[in-house]
Amino acid sequence: MANGGEPVLEVRDLVKHFPLNQGIVFKKQIGSIKAVDGVSFDLHRGETLGIVGESGCGKSTLAKVLMALERPTSGSVKIGGRDIGQARGGELKRMRRNIQMVMQDPYTSLNPRMTVGDIIGEPYEIHTEVAPKGDRRKKVQELLEVVGLNPDHINRYPHQFSGGQRQRIGIARGLALQPEIIVCDEPVSALDVSIQAQVINLLERLQNEFGLAYIFIAHDLSVVRHISDRVGVMYLGKFVELGKDAEIYDRPAHPYTQALLSAVPVPDPEGRERRERIILQGDPPSPANPPSGCRFRTRCWKAQEICAQEEPLLQIRPGTGHLSACHFAETHDVVHAG
Amino acid sequence: MSNPTPPVGPGLPETQTMVSDTVTAPAPERQGRHAKKSGKPASLWTDAWYDLRRRPTFIISMIIIVVLLVMSIWPSLFTSIDPFNARSCDLATARQGPSAGHVFGRDNLGCDLYARTVYGARNSIVIGVLTTVLTTVIGGLLGIIAGYRSGIVDTVASRITEIFFAIPSILGALLIAATFRGQYNSILLVIIALSVLGWPMVYRIMRAAVITAKSQDFVVAAKALGAGSGRIMFRHLLPNSLASVIVVGTINLGNFIAAEAALSFLGVGVQSPDISWGLMIADARNRFLEAPLPLVIPAVFLSITVLAFIMLGDAVRDALDPKLR
Repeated sequence: MANGGEPVLEVRDLVKHFPLNQGIVFKKQIGSIKAVDGVSFDLHRGETLGIVGESGCGKSTLAKVLMALERPTSGSVKIGGRDIGQARGGELKRMRRNIQMVMQDPYTSLNPRMTVGDIIGEPYEIHTEVAPKGDRRKKVQELLEVVGLNPDHINRYPHQFSGGQRQRIGIARGLALQPEIIVCDEPVSALDVSIQAQVINLLERLQNEFGLAYIFIAHDLSVVRHISDRVGVMYLGKFVELGKDAEIYDRPAHPYTQALLSAVPVPDPEGRERRERIILQGDPPSPANPPSGCRFRTRCWKAQEICAQEEPLLQIRPGTGHLSACHFAETHDVVHAG
Repeated sequence: MSNPTPPVGPGLPETQTMVSDTVTAPAPERQGRHAKKSGKPASLWTDAWYDLRRRPTFIISMIIIVVLLVMSIWPSLFTSIDPFNARSCDLATARQGPSAGHVFGRDNLGCDLYARTVYGARNSIVIGVLTTVLTTVIGGLLGIIAGYRSGIVDTVASRITEIFFAIPSILGALLIAATFRGQYNSILLVIIALSVLGWPMVYRIMRAAVITAKSQDFVVAAKALGAGSGRIMFRHLLPNSLASVIVVGTINLGNFIAAEAALSFLGVGVQSPDISWGLMIADARNRFLEAPLPLVIPAVFLSITVLAFIMLGDAVRDALDPKLR
């Protein structure tokens, strides 16, 4: 693990199924969408765990369950030893001070009819014990300065800011309660590339300054590599591979990770020629009815009889140094970068 | 990747305080100017009030509304003739045109039209304003709760409103007003009858606006901060759903004043010797071709009142949208 000591966040066998109902008056459950299906990981202080995967693999549902915006179907999310998934009322509210969120779309995540001061000050109005009333305005201005905005703009409205500046406002709101963990759900995918870099660098600076731990969800593999200490690769609600960023990017063991990495655009024309392209057949199966055994087997070129019968566990496989969930895991550098 | 932008100090001039990603320069300093001067934090409502006071439509509509309100409270300030005094009317002069002392002429019973219009303002405005307030509060509150809570609360509330929608409003109001006639003040009865049948309209609009607003990320962000239902409904959803309710509410105001006229005509609303604009219009209809003024004058007053409230509603709606300021 990147850092020693007690983890700030412990996730164990987390499952979130959404029921599929039929009928209007007499509802009958005819199945369930298995959005998150058995995810476990630890997160340490000051560490960044990147989570990648294609659309619909359960990344955002995972973020919602971590934030206690959705109740888990089973499993636990422990923050400082207490389970946020079971917490209610006042206890849940107190626990929220420790885990905050930066959202994807800076245009809808800020209330257009609130001033920046009200938006960033709202955490203090909800958690009145954090800052006495007289100090709040000063604290909001400090936060604006921390994220690189002009503290004099406290009375402006979100529409008067650019996308990157709005995302900074969202980050300032997340920082207000001084949480240990910030869940970033695609925090830069709605921004221009030049501004993505600024926001990523801001997140890194804040991490060093405040010792924050990030869960960084994205589908842009190079952004995830840049910021993450460890990376988890998700496919249909499960981690298929989890390891340090260098392990995942240079020595991927799971065929799905290899296929994902082979799709990363390579700017250098020379490297582009050396790089392999693995093109997956078909679409991801429906999370309402995932394949038996290994979920990736329907699109995998290595699939054998055993893959349909036995589900591969996320464990360290022979010949690899990190966790992967494949019966035939073997490291294979697809990118040949550097 | 470039280095992170260093935090900027508060004292720097405007051009330097812009962080480097300000390619699209934000609008020049307009909001919060007053707030900065007084050192108080700005909020949606203080900024809206600051903005409203500078809007000509708001000023004009408020002048009209204040005059109408004064007219409703102290009609004797506007005319020395007491229309309730039988001696002020003279059948021999019925439908006489404008003359000195009787600027609008006389109505079918020879009463002074101007004095009657002034005295009729009270009932019409009280009915219009109170019914609008009641329907907006009831419909708005239920709409915001049903839209936010959804599920069983929404289902029950929506089915109930559908029942009310199925009742033809004039027939329904007629039924309510006729059933309780004589037991209550006739004005109060009209307000209740119109409110009972008027709120579902506001409910539907509020519910639809809340459902649109609640799917936005800022509501999720507020929940993640630990905000309770009350805060989400009234700090986040209400300001973002109010615009259409204000428009419908102000348009309804005119409809309610007109509906009161219909009820009076059917014999259950305001009755003579009480005066209301609706009643005056109803009385003047038969002789309209002979003497148009007894119908035109209260109708013009009614239109001006409705127009003033619609202008007020538009101004408030625009002031509550920071993008339009």
